[in-house]
Amino acid sequence: MKILVAIKRVIDANVKVRVKPDNSGVETANVKMSMNPFCEIAVEEAVRLKEQGIASEIVAVSIGNQQCQETLRTALALGADKAVLVKTEDALEPLAVAKTLQKVVEQEEPQMVLMGKQSIDGDNNQTGQMLAALLGWGQGTFASKVDVEDGKVQVTREIDGGLQTIELKLPAVVTTDLRLNEPRFASLPNIMKAKRKPLDEVALADLGVDTASRTETLSVENPPERSEGIKVENVAELVDKLKNEAKVI
Amino acid sequence: MTTLVIAEHDNSELQASTYNTIAAASKLEGETVVLVAGHECQSVADQAAKAEGVDKVLLAQAEFLEHLLAEDVEKAVMAQEGDYSHILAPASTFGKNMMPRIAALLDVQQISDIISVESEDTFKRPVYAGNAIATVKSNDKKKVITVRATAFDALATEGGSASIENVSAGSHTELSNYVGEELTESERPDLGTARVVVSGGRGMGNGENFEMLEQLADKLGAAVGASRAAVDAGFVPNDYQVGQTGKIVAPELYIAVGISGAIQHLAGMKDSKVIVAINKDEEAPIFQVADYGLVEDLFKVVPELIESL
Ligand SMILES: Cc1cc2nc3c(=O)[nH]c(=O)nc-3n(C[C@H](O)[C@H](O)[C@H](O)COP(=O)(O)OP(=O)(O)OC[C@H]3O[C@@H](n4cnc5c(N)ncnc54)[C@H](O)[C@@H]3O)c2cc1C
Ligand SMILES: Cc1cc2nc3c(=O)[nH]c(=O)nc-3n(C[C@H](O)[C@H](O)[C@H](O)COP(=O)(O)OP(=O)(O)OC[C@H]3O[C@@H](n4cnc5c(N)ncnc54)[C@H](O)[C@@H]3O)c2cc1C
Repeated sequence: MKILVAIKRVIDANVKVRVKPDNSGVETANVKMSMNPFCEIAVEEAVRLKEQGIASEIVAVSIGNQQCQETLRTALALGADKAVLVKTEDALEPLAVAKTLQKVVEQEEPQMVLMGKQSIDGDNNQTGQMLAALLGWGQGTFASKVDVEDGKVQVTREIDGGLQTIELKLPAVVTTDLRLNEPRFASLPNIMKAKRKPLDEVALADLGVDTASRTETLSVENPPERSEGIKVENVAELVDKLKNEAKVI
Repeated sequence: MTTLVIAEHDNSELQASTYNTIAAASKLEGETVVLVAGHECQSVADQAAKAEGVDKVLLAQAEFLEHLLAEDVEKAVMAQEGDYSHILAPASTFGKNMMPRIAALLDVQQISDIISVESEDTFKRPVYAGNAIATVKSNDKKKVITVRATAFDALATEGGSASIENVSAGSHTELSNYVGEELTESERPDLGTARVVVSGGRGMGNGENFEMLEQLADKLGAAVGASRAAVDAGFVPNDYQVGQTGKIVAPELYIAVGISGAIQHLAGMKDSKVIVAINKDEEAPIFQVADYGLVEDLFKVVPELIESL
């Protein structure tokens, strides 16, 4: 079975994000970028399915600027067989990303698309579900366990009340949650090997999808500041403050 | 203009998050219609009809809607004939799971996790783990929106008398089937809506030590939460996780025990009214957001705290 993994390049999770002084967005110049952590988990799961003999080929795809090549090379070093970069300078909205991925799916014909449940920049948590709906496929979102058997996939999902298990017909879209696996690090030999793996580029414009923005970001501001409080010396003082000052107990 | 709210429920009770979503809907002009899709869920429709701010309830019942699988909920929503200017659902795992499907089929860019309604087409939402607040204007004809429950105070749950209309439930897609559930059983209040939350982190050391926090929670009528590190280490189940990629909470009182205060954790709790941090490292970033910080070994002070309440 062929697996398509969609990966996004985002500001590294350890970077303290700063709002631009003109409130037009956040600072991205000279900021460390990495593969979205949930996408790393998606790549790892695909590689494990290949190691188990379930997946035969892994294609990694990213939509973005030339630097996304770097992120795709990382995916190749982790075990993807081939990469596709859909090139654009625009920051696409999830609907546009889903429509673009739909085109790639039509070309690549995977049996499963693995992707992150959310990207840690936009925090939208939409793209996988949108892609599934556009394709008319089933979806297993927020996956903490994935079992493929007899043309079906069982997905255990992290939901607000605990865990839910569903069974999907293939092809299907699966989005990853944090507990699905612990991604490996790419080894040096694999990083070297990845340089020779195929990385195709297509221009977004050549795919003929409508990716026009539907929303406008009017401003991006700092959240309300919380001022640092006080240190209490002991439990008695804490209880006193909570009772008599904050009046919350 | 009419707003459709998709109710979250368990076929017997309307979830608290639905009331918050109705509150968000009532900030928009026009009527609010609530769709209750499920199986044998008349009692949920009755509750929705009593809620303040609701003008009409649509009840779509079918056996295949029992577990509210995304593919089937999508069909049930798409089967509704009304012309809705706004479609709203809570930004819970229920809403996050099914809502983008509806947006995609309507060819609408969804606005996720709004924290305020600025006008009919403009909303605020947190991005980058709450490090920035974006004001977003939607130019789509219809707006498809998920609502951060903690940002909207619920209206009265009693007093209304909206009509209830039976409507089509769509059709079963058979794309996905329910296999089973492992839900956390607890007598304590729900984490998302509790007045007080007591959360533990990696500093708790193991799952057994969480019993201490449960005792503390019982004294305070609190829910128990955790950091990602505590969940990853297997101390507590996944549904305890508070943070950017877990649950968002905003209780009156949040007590963080043995939690360092990583930005991803803060994203889930920094809107709490009062924050208490117990941590033995005085440099821990959690103290930067805490109203009251206690620099101590948690194994010493948590038992003392339980004693003194
Ligand atoms: C401050 C701010 C301002 C913004 N302003 C604009 C704006 O003016 N105009 C505009 O159009 N957008 C804007 N955006 C949107 C931004 O580009 C989003 O990141 C984009 O909408 C994608 O959403 P997401 O990644 O959060 O989706 P999610 O649904 O959270 O992503 C989930 C998964 O989808 C897949 N995926 C997502 N994107 C890609 C990709 N490019 N390539 C491959 N796979 C992918 C990955 O598997 C990912 O894990 C803004 C965002 C922010 C934070
Ligand atoms: C993509 C992504 C998503 C994430 N999402 C989330 C999320 O939703 N929620 C979340 O919480 N995290 C999330 N994280 C993880 C986050 O970055 C931190 O790793 C995590 O919150 C740390 O948990 P912690 O504070 O319990 O552990 P640590 O950072 O290890 O802190 C433990 C603290 O306990 C203190 N301590 C230890 N022993 C004692 C003692 N005896 N008495 C008192 N204090 C003690 C220590 O001083 C320390 O400050 C995410 C990370 C990534 C990359």
